[in-house]
Amino acid sequence: MRIGDSLPEWHVEATPTFVISTALATRDFQDVHHDRDLAIQRGSKDIFINILTTTGLVQRYVTDWAGPEALVRQVNIRLGAPCFAYDTLKFFGQVIERSQQDLVVEVVGRTAHGDHVTGTVKIEVPA
Amino acid sequence: MIDIEKEAARIAEQGESAPRFARDPVNLPMINNWLEAIGDQHPGYTEVAPPAMVQVWTMAGLHGQRALDDPLGAMMKILDEAGYTSVVATNSDQTYHRYLKVGEHLSVTTSLEDVTGPKQTGLGEGWFVTTRSTWWVGDEAVAEMRFRVLKFKPAARSPEPASETPKAQAIRPSINRDTEYFWEGCRVGELRIQRCGGCGLLRHPPGPMCPECGATKPKYLVSDGRGVVYSYVVHHHPQVPGKQTPFVIALIELDEGVRMLGELDGEPSIGLPVEVVFTKVDDELTMPSWRPRADR
Repeated sequence: MRIGDSLPEWHVEATPTFVISTALATRDFQDVHHDRDLAIQRGSKDIFINILTTTGLVQRYVTDWAGPEALVRQVNIRLGAPCFAYDTLKFFGQVIERSQQDLVVEVVGRTAHGDHVTGTVKIEVPA
Repeated sequence: MIDIEKEAARIAEQGESAPRFARDPVNLPMINNWLEAIGDQHPGYTEVAPPAMVQVWTMAGLHGQRALDDPLGAMMKILDEAGYTSVVATNSDQTYHRYLKVGEHLSVTTSLEDVTGPKQTGLGEGWFVTTRSTWWVGDEAVAEMRFRVLKFKPAARSPEPASETPKAQAIRPSINRDTEYFWEGCRVGELRIQRCGGCGLLRHPPGPMCPECGATKPKYLVSDGRGVVYSYVVHHHPQVPGKQTPFVIALIELDEGVRMLGELDGEPSIGLPVEVVFTKVDDELTMPSWRPRADR
């Protein structure tokens, strides 16, 4: 795990079931995350993933790579294009900082509409 | 009219909300539902929760009512009343001071950090609302979050692209102190090239400082408006407001030595001699473009 190391690309299929089950598992009951009619009425193309889920996916992407011993200290994310139902969300990542056991991983999650999420995850790995 | 900035200042002044408790203590069934939905097979979450779940514990729930002193709720209500009825989250910066153990009961406090707007965004006109939350176990701060949402008026659905958009709808240049001399020139039929007030270097596009000598007092020279095509692209897609595709965007090497981008009306080729033409869009805006020279 050195600066410049890339994480393996990871694809998430954002099926309607995925969008809805993650919204409910994160206790986010905003209608735009489970009701397509209302989502469209509110100017959206379809239901879309909620931010708590994006945070969870970004964390999972990094811990899947770093292993279960890594401790997550910080997840900073910025949202761009919504990730709608039926989108494929592709994650890319790279180590951008390392000082002893502390690492910062830069993460991008992209759909066909553009960058859904860009951010950094700070982790602490075993010595 | 609601004075949004004044209301924001009033809410920000109230400081931190009173602690609001999570419905449930940190518990395995909710952790397992989360892991299942996210698809996370991390084996370590049997006695502690995934850090990214921190916000989940204190979500208001299906029939959640926001506390009266909740600054985000208060700000959302004001923006709703002002016509900004839709919301999307844009930023979440979470710091976890430690992992949360099953059985711990969280509370959260929130303050309003910043409200900025109105901004034109891809979704429509809106305001960015930033809050700061702290999660507590007893009197120990265990996690923090800076959270930003965009509260916006949904933009009207864009109609099918018209075959020809009126000129008035053309994309307008953003004019600032560095570039206004250029657009002023176009209005009076002069193609102006920025010239350093210190060393005399010609430069384009304009900037506040000379890359050669560092002087910050630019002047300009009026160009003869003649040059040759240095490079070009033919734009077919996507549609551009005020333009009919395909159109040519050329990089013109002026006789004075600098290069300038512009639309070329004519069959493009490298080295083609061209001259500038000015097209008045309206009283404020005249656009320069290029055409092949008659005397070539």
